[in-house]
Amino acid sequence: MRQLEPTSRTRIAKDRAARGFLLALTLLALVPLALILYYLVKQGFEAINWEFLTTDPTGRFLGDPGGIRSAIVGTTIMVALAAAISVPIGVGVALYLVEYGKRTRFANTVRYFIDVMTGVPSVVFGLFVYITLVVSQIGGTFAAWKGSVALALLMIPIVARSSEVVLNLVPDSIREAALALGAPRWRVVTRVVLPTAFPGLVTSSLLAIARGAGETAPLLFTVAFANEMAFNLNDRMNSLPLQIYNDVSQAQDRLVARAWGAALTLVVMILVLIVIARLVQRRSRLAT
Amino acid sequence: MNTPDPTTATKPQASMNQPNADATPAAAPASAPTTTSVESADGREVTLTDVHAYYGGSEAVKGVDLVYKPNEVTAMIGPSGCGKSTLLRCINRMHEEIPGAHATGKIVVDDIDLYDPSIDLTAVRRAVGMVFQKPNPFPTMSIFDNTAAGLRLSGTKGVDVKERVEWALRGAGLWDEVKDRLDKPGIGLSGGQQQRLCIARTIAVEPEVILMDEPCSALDPIATLKIEDLIHELKQRFTIVIVTHNMQQAARVADTTAFMYLGELVEHAPTQQIFNNPGDPRTEEYVTGKFG
Repeated sequence: MRQLEPTSRTRIAKDRAARGFLLALTLLALVPLALILYYLVKQGFEAINWEFLTTDPTGRFLGDPGGIRSAIVGTTIMVALAAAISVPIGVGVALYLVEYGKRTRFANTVRYFIDVMTGVPSVVFGLFVYITLVVSQIGGTFAAWKGSVALALLMIPIVARSSEVVLNLVPDSIREAALALGAPRWRVVTRVVLPTAFPGLVTSSLLAIARGAGETAPLLFTVAFANEMAFNLNDRMNSLPLQIYNDVSQAQDRLVARAWGAALTLVVMILVLIVIARLVQRRSRLAT
Repeated sequence: MNTPDPTTATKPQASMNQPNADATPAAAPASAPTTTSVESADGREVTLTDVHAYYGGSEAVKGVDLVYKPNEVTAMIGPSGCGKSTLLRCINRMHEEIPGAHATGKIVVDDIDLYDPSIDLTAVRRAVGMVFQKPNPFPTMSIFDNTAAGLRLSGTKGVDVKERVEWALRGAGLWDEVKDRLDKPGIGLSGGQQQRLCIARTIAVEPEVILMDEPCSALDPIATLKIEDLIHELKQRFTIVIVTHNMQQAARVADTTAFMYLGELVEHAPTQQIFNNPGDPRTEEYVTGKFG
């Protein structure tokens, strides 16, 4: 029998070197992230105060530039409408793929195109809506609802893909149990699969919403920019990403500062969504 | 009277359920915890004729003819992969839920061919209940809702759900353990209790036949014993088919035992005979532990 020997010195040294190398790479990846957060908080915090959040941008070149209220409200409205469009469609697609399509050729083709759509740059969705809805002047030119459509197009594949993952986590054994009790397929889906997957579906929807909320390009050619507060979906509307986009290219420090404030506000809003998503996920009974 | 509303069902299914109308679940006396309140009634005879089952191109069950007698427990034994679970899943037509799988042949319950194209699949599954290998209560539902799930999921109307749930839980020997926490989640129970909950869920829809696919293989010996006692009680009212890997279990619970090998039915005889005086040398080799 071979004798048991202590681990050789060279192996210990190699192990240390490899671990050190990987740790260094991890730290390197954290550097830009930390810097972004640092500047965002440092610059943004200076700009934000109660008045900043509760006044609209004035649009005046001289004098008081105003705050970002209309941008916060506009982003909330447009993203909410986009979610109302994309979540039912995305979850519906996922339900079809998991419960009915399964491994059929058609379902696999749909999956492939969802993947492709997830990778399409967001500016393409903006251009598409620009060509089909803005240039054609359906219901006027630039309008908030067109921005929502562009955002929804971006969000549908994200919702569909992550919902499919969640629905696949629902064990087949409970689908079988329900079918074996004499339940028709649609009742298995509505009474057993959906309630079981519900927390996960909420999480995947919130993450897609968080993604959509930060997009600039889909809104750029579809909603255009506005200063004043607007609630009319057929009209132009302000939004946080566009406010940032406009302000950051201005020559005045006050406007650039407003861009930082708007950026921090947007990041905080998205962070809140993500935290809620995580909390809901923790309540899920499915193993992830 | 708690029979499922015949008007909502297809014709053959209705006649499948009506003869049972004289079994009065709620009137059963509440007795000691070990005895269940399932009243005896005539179970249904199940006749299999030339049943073949396929997974894609491969044939897992190769032409089985078999009769399950009413009010008897039939055990299906055989080495892994012999097709006994597949055959079981053909009886409530769950086999065809697997993509690419299909079955042919005749399975007759009470003069009704379950494979008749005009028959409603959901009616088949209400008439032939199934208990699975691993306890699988619905994770989002309470104990009460789990037991009532079959009634609600199959859209059965005209049933006093509360009454039926109590009856089913008594029938599964679980009532006394859970009556004070019916609103608690079903997955909070122990494994053995979960499996009895699944049995309660199955009998709550008042099937004629209960299929059990290795119902004790995930349970400890004491929980296993409870389920076996329960099977003895349940056969007063239901025709029971149980797939098991455990030959002692087959000897304990089954009136007759069927031995399957490589997709074929080798032998079906009274349990004593299978274990003591089998007619086929392959059966003898299997029950004496020479292979499998």
